[in-house]
Amino acid sequence: MNKVHADAKSALAGLLKDGMTIMAGGFGLCGIPETLIHAIRDAGVKNLTVVSNNAGVDGKGLGVLLDTKQVKKMISSYVGENKTFMQQYLAKELEIEFNPQGTLAERIRAGGAGIPAFFTKTGVGTMIAEGKDVREFDGNRYVMERGIVADLSIVHAYIGDTEGNLAYRKTARNFNPVMATAGKVTVAEVEHLVRPGEIDPDHIITPGVFVQRMIHVPNAAKYIEQRTVRKRTAADAPAGAGGDV
Amino acid sequence: MAWTRDQMAERAAKELKDGFYVNLGIGIPTLVSNYIPNGMSVQLQSENGMLGFGPFPFEGEEDPDLINAGKQTVTELPTTSYFNSADSFAMIRGGHIDLAILGAMQVAENGDIANWMIPGKLVKGMGGAMDLVGGVKKVVVVMEHSAKGESKLLAKCNLPLTGAGVVDMVITDLGVFTVDKTGGGLTLIELAPEVTLDDIKKNTQASFKVANTLTQ
Repeated sequence: MNKVHADAKSALAGLLKDGMTIMAGGFGLCGIPETLIHAIRDAGVKNLTVVSNNAGVDGKGLGVLLDTKQVKKMISSYVGENKTFMQQYLAKELEIEFNPQGTLAERIRAGGAGIPAFFTKTGVGTMIAEGKDVREFDGNRYVMERGIVADLSIVHAYIGDTEGNLAYRKTARNFNPVMATAGKVTVAEVEHLVRPGEIDPDHIITPGVFVQRMIHVPNAAKYIEQRTVRKRTAADAPAGAGGDV
Repeated sequence: MAWTRDQMAERAAKELKDGFYVNLGIGIPTLVSNYIPNGMSVQLQSENGMLGFGPFPFEGEEDPDLINAGKQTVTELPTTSYFNSADSFAMIRGGHIDLAILGAMQVAENGDIANWMIPGKLVKGMGGAMDLVGGVKKVVVVMEHSAKGESKLLAKCNLPLTGAGVVDMVITDLGVFTVDKTGGGLTLIELAPEVTLDDIKKNTQASFKVANTLTQ
């Protein structure tokens, strides 16, 4: 069983169809499966429902699928960074289902764990709870939310071995591990592809059972949405740069 | 004289306690991190999956894999941990975060908060705000007292809610109110320098009590 494919196109072969539901990892543009998103664009499948915390920005991340109008509906918590998204949404070409971010994460976690529904305090008394079952437990009210399973999950990891075991880097982890569990098929792109045994088993975040196919993306593009920095003062001079310690 | 944005943040920082795990919203709440007292251990949580984040990086040291929930580049500390989004919200929804400080468009005297959508205007989404107000142990709102001459402290919110009966304290540029979420309403506990009780009354649509211990 070889999980590793030569490129994104072959990794997605036979998996894509119009009207399907796709989960895409990432938070903003951090930890997004950019190479796989581009391959979905090139495949031209339409009427997609895409589950992702955000919708990319114009021309980057999921923004490329919006540019080509391949997305019918987004399930997201925040989409403020994408002008194309807003234009299509206002023109009613695109449907949006807003989920509170924690509810979204938990719906995905639940879906991956075979849990069809759960109760949460988030959104009780707001429009998010309208039309949903609200029940009282231990004196507090909770709203029922459904687990989500996608036809396909696409995730980005820092390192993966050929068995599909994955580990992530810093905040590029975000939604990727939960989404890896919640796809009927999960395809991972990894910056570093190694042999089994090269990742310390204690450091594996996503066990290979959740990953069916993978590709190596050694030159994955990474983007910064909000570049915030501070000026280095004399007191911050790196060691060895002179001055008293 | 009303408090400036920085003075409001400085006042909000007084709600921090040693050992607290805290989530700060975007805007004035972010400034609170500038006023963490020396020697006090406060770990800042970021919804995207980071606990214990540091200041912005030095120029040239930005890392696209290291951002906060505002998508700004940040840095790691010795106390930092990373985790996935479901674990991040297990912290928030499970009541493990001590304090959330966030902005609002409106707060009602029963502790309702509205800060995510204006009907008829472009809606960008609630992000993690509904989870934060619903799950964090103490919720402090920092906001201007009025917007375009209209009080943001109301008898009842008229914008769609982010959370119902969830706010514990409101810090505005004019003063500080506590909220009794069990029906006791708002109590004014502090006035900004040179702000009078009359100023507050004129600018507040919500009804409120005045603490015996009102300070200035």
